[in-house]
Amino acid sequence: MPSDPFTPGVAAGRLSADRIAANFADLHPPLDDHQAAVESDRCYFCYDAPCTQACPTSIDIPLFIRQISTGTPEAAALTIFSQNILGGMCARVCPTETLCEEACVRHEAEGKPVEIGRLQRHATDRLMARNSHPFQRAAKTGKHVAVVGAGPAGLACAHRLAMKGHDVTIYEAREKGGGLNEYGIAAYKAPGSFAQDELDWVLGIGGIRIEFGRRLSGDLTLDDLRATHDAVFLGMGLGGVNALTVEGSERNHVEDAVDWIARLRQSADKTDIPVGRDVVVIGGGMTAIDAAVQARLLGALNVTIAYRRDKAAMAASEFEQNLATSKGVRIIYNAAPREITDTGVVFVRTRSEGGKLVETGETFEIAADQVLRAIGQTLAGQPEVLALEGRKIAVDEHGRTSLAGVWAGGDCASGGDDLTVTAVAEGRDAAEDIHAALGA
Amino acid sequence: MADLTSTFVGIKSPNPFWLASAPPTDKEYNVRRAFEAGWGGVVWKTLGEDGPPVVNVNGPRYGAIHGPDRRLLGLNNIELITDRPLDVNLREIKAVKRDYPDRALVVSLMVPCEEEPWKRILPLVEETGADGVELNFGCPHGMAERGMGSAVGQVPEYIEMVTRWVKQNTRMPVIVKLTPNITDIRRPAEAAKRGGADAVSLINTINSITSVDLDNFAPEPTIDGWGAHGGYCGPAVKPIALNMVAEIARHPETADLPISGIGGVTTWRDAAEFIALGAGNVQVCTAVMTYGFKIVQEMISGLSQYMDEKGISSVDEIVGRAVPKVRDWNDLNLNYVTKAVIDQDKCIKCARCHIACEDTSHQAIAMSDDRVFTVKDEECVACNLCVNVCPVDGCITMRKLEIGETDPRTGEVVREYANWTTHPNNPSARAAQ
Ligand SMILES: Cc1cc2nc3c(=O)[nH]c(=O)nc-3n(C[C@H](O)[C@H](O)[C@H](O)COP(=O)(O)OP(=O)(O)OC[C@H]3O[C@@H](n4cnc5c(N)ncnc54)[C@H](O)[C@@H]3O)c2cc1C
Ligand SMILES: Cc1cc2nc3c(=O)[nH]c(=O)nc-3n(C[C@H](O)[C@H](O)[C@H](O)COP(=O)(O)O)c2cc1C
Ligand code: SF4
Ligand code: SF4
Ligand code: SF4
Repeated sequence: MPSDPFTPGVAAGRLSADRIAANFADLHPPLDDHQAAVESDRCYFCYDAPCTQACPTSIDIPLFIRQISTGTPEAAALTIFSQNILGGMCARVCPTETLCEEACVRHEAEGKPVEIGRLQRHATDRLMARNSHPFQRAAKTGKHVAVVGAGPAGLACAHRLAMKGHDVTIYEAREKGGGLNEYGIAAYKAPGSFAQDELDWVLGIGGIRIEFGRRLSGDLTLDDLRATHDAVFLGMGLGGVNALTVEGSERNHVEDAVDWIARLRQSADKTDIPVGRDVVVIGGGMTAIDAAVQARLLGALNVTIAYRRDKAAMAASEFEQNLATSKGVRIIYNAAPREITDTGVVFVRTRSEGGKLVETGETFEIAADQVLRAIGQTLAGQPEVLALEGRKIAVDEHGRTSLAGVWAGGDCASGGDDLTVTAVAEGRDAAEDIHAALGA
Repeated sequence: MADLTSTFVGIKSPNPFWLASAPPTDKEYNVRRAFEAGWGGVVWKTLGEDGPPVVNVNGPRYGAIHGPDRRLLGLNNIELITDRPLDVNLREIKAVKRDYPDRALVVSLMVPCEEEPWKRILPLVEETGADGVELNFGCPHGMAERGMGSAVGQVPEYIEMVTRWVKQNTRMPVIVKLTPNITDIRRPAEAAKRGGADAVSLINTINSITSVDLDNFAPEPTIDGWGAHGGYCGPAVKPIALNMVAEIARHPETADLPISGIGGVTTWRDAAEFIALGAGNVQVCTAVMTYGFKIVQEMISGLSQYMDEKGISSVDEIVGRAVPKVRDWNDLNLNYVTKAVIDQDKCIKCARCHIACEDTSHQAIAMSDDRVFTVKDEECVACNLCVNVCPVDGCITMRKLEIGETDPRTGEVVREYANWTTHPNNPSARAAQ
């Protein structure tokens, strides 16, 4: 008997393939030409624009919007890509409500910012559809840089280095590139094969080779890389997860949300991804939201996000929280997990007292046949020699680590939010510094 | 990438985008910023003769017409020529030209209508190293009352006379800036040419009152209760300027006279349109006064993209390309028949096309009870009004009837080209064979 949302336990195919496909369609569908014309007309071409200041990659937003409004979306795309080579992905995944669009003066004026993200997508889609790479490499320098990790940070760094004429080898542990663009981002933000298409398009610059299945601190050592390359950039992201130290967390129906999402992302039509009838997601960030929403979209009947602290403390933005609740996810605040049983999760209620979280002692249980842990990722497999700042590789404003000739950026490095766009900015800026350091 | 470099009357600039003589070019500070932003050249704010400078009003100088969302469509000003001392301007011009030898720097001049003042000022300008002069025969307010600006520009004989004096007294290229406040723009252009001008530039501003204060019953901008007419510019004047440029470009007497196109240029497309109608380059004022110097980046990227896509390698290839297509009405093909077609997928059912046609035109768009709009081919005269009032770009288009098709409105078969001169209704028609 085929399963449906009421089927108990963990089951695949709770909804029809069509329904699942519709559920996972583009969260923000692209603007058509008319919509883009109307929306681009709304931009005031602000000087020293607040939106640009709020963009971690400092895209010249007023300029690219003007280029759209004058009928040259391809020129607009060049403006975007010259600052952010993953401008296509960022247009899809950036939490614009806390970045450029929050800063837009029209948000201040009438509560309706210019839809910068969707305009960016309009432009970048247009140029990428031409299937040719828009940038050229400078004359070869003869220098060779190692980049660890083919995620946003590594790709942005590699692209900028290649553009400057350096040769780059990316060492990537997984069998596919793109990092969390390929394995982490919610499927409805980057539907289809966009992550791989974008990767291929970026590599179109030439001069970048990716070796898959190569792992730093596995088959590679930092010493090897330093010995055989002129510089090393680490963009290895956060490979580990925080441990959930409650009783029962080793049970079979408990899994890390990032692993579950990675499998979901690798499934072609998602009808083969098992999901519980009663799903509990523990955590309060973007990963928790994405896991919960996607569980609902697969047909889970009850999905609950349980977060230790209050709503204001939640890392996921208001927009993300609203997205989750609009998809039928329930968010429970001030609930700390105490025990995972075979049938549910026991929580203890909390409240904050003078900034400190205290448990009230009052407990309750939520039924769960699947529990997803989303309490944060951690650095893993980084070379021991590198100094840390907090729990990340310490870097200065140029991305330099404590070891000469080694740079780092993206989620694995200190500073900045853990966002795709921040990783791109840090990778790009490190490349500029590497280029300067190589003196080529 | 396309090559945007431009040579206008022998003056080289990295692109054909110049700033017009106006506040954006009034002083060194502005012009340096403009060059840093990427402008190819500037025409310095008009200089007057040595002595106490003119004084400007100290109340509002501008009035404006806004479109929806307060988009600035037209600007009206009552500013005069530069109100800074001549020697200060000359010193600054020299310093800027020295630092930006690759950019065009032309100096706009307006002195009294006598030869002596011109003889005095020209060597001073030459000494700065400037690339050329532009004679401001266009300013419609303040200076005209003093016998300068458009007071000269409206009298072709004066234009010719002054231009000749200037040509005799300088080796620099001379551009004559024309006023649009005249019935036939070809007359002043001819006069400039006769006087020996190397080029004309146009348009200067159009006499205007932008609005009236209905509480105080005074024109805006109001200076202590009164107002004076000003000069109108900005996107609103572009169609007027385009026509004037085209008239000069296709007039046999002036067809070979280089033109610097001015009036409402705001985007790369505006610039390309002026150039296609015969302008060798363009000058911009209101657009930078609205958005700042940075807009030149869009002009550069847009024109480059356009040229690349068209396989055009130099700006000169565009100059005047549309001029042969500008004809008199009498030349137009009366057997060219089109019909409006509504794209039902794009239609948002606002009924603007219907009511425009129903109330004011040819009752050619039917409206059904469920708001479906259909063109009645038997009524449509192809006036294009619906296309222009429809809020959705590309929703209504014109379909051309092929030769041999029957026009349902007239019942006649569409034939080969024929114009009014041979039309049977024309009393003076030449017999068609
Ligand atoms: C579920 C989820 C959803 C997210 N949603 C969003 C979102 O909507 N918007 C947004 O802006 N951000 C989002 N993020 C954050 C964003 O994905 C990251 O900030 C971004 O991917 C960081 O890029 P990175 O290049 O630093 O690391 P990663 O993307 O993690 O890439 C690191 C790469 O290095 C490889 N690697 C790791 N260790 C090694 C090693 N030892 N040797 C060789 N290679 C190695 C990995 O396989 C991977 O390919 C989300 C994150 C998660 C987990
Ligand atoms: C405030 C202002 C001052 C101007 N002053 C001059 C001037 O001193 N000399 C001149 O030749 N034109 C002057 N102009 C006219 C401009 O150079 C230009 O011809 C006109 O504004 C049309 O171009 P636009 O539509 O791009 O503004 C002035 C225009 C404005 C708005
Ligand atoms: S802040 Fe808003 S209106 Fe201003 S430039 Fe940016 S997008 Fe345009
Ligand atoms: S634009 Fe500047 S100088 Fe002009 S009125 Fe405003 S503040 Fe004053
Ligand atoms: S004006 Fe355009 S959108 Fe409006 S009803 Fe007519 S065709 Fe449709």
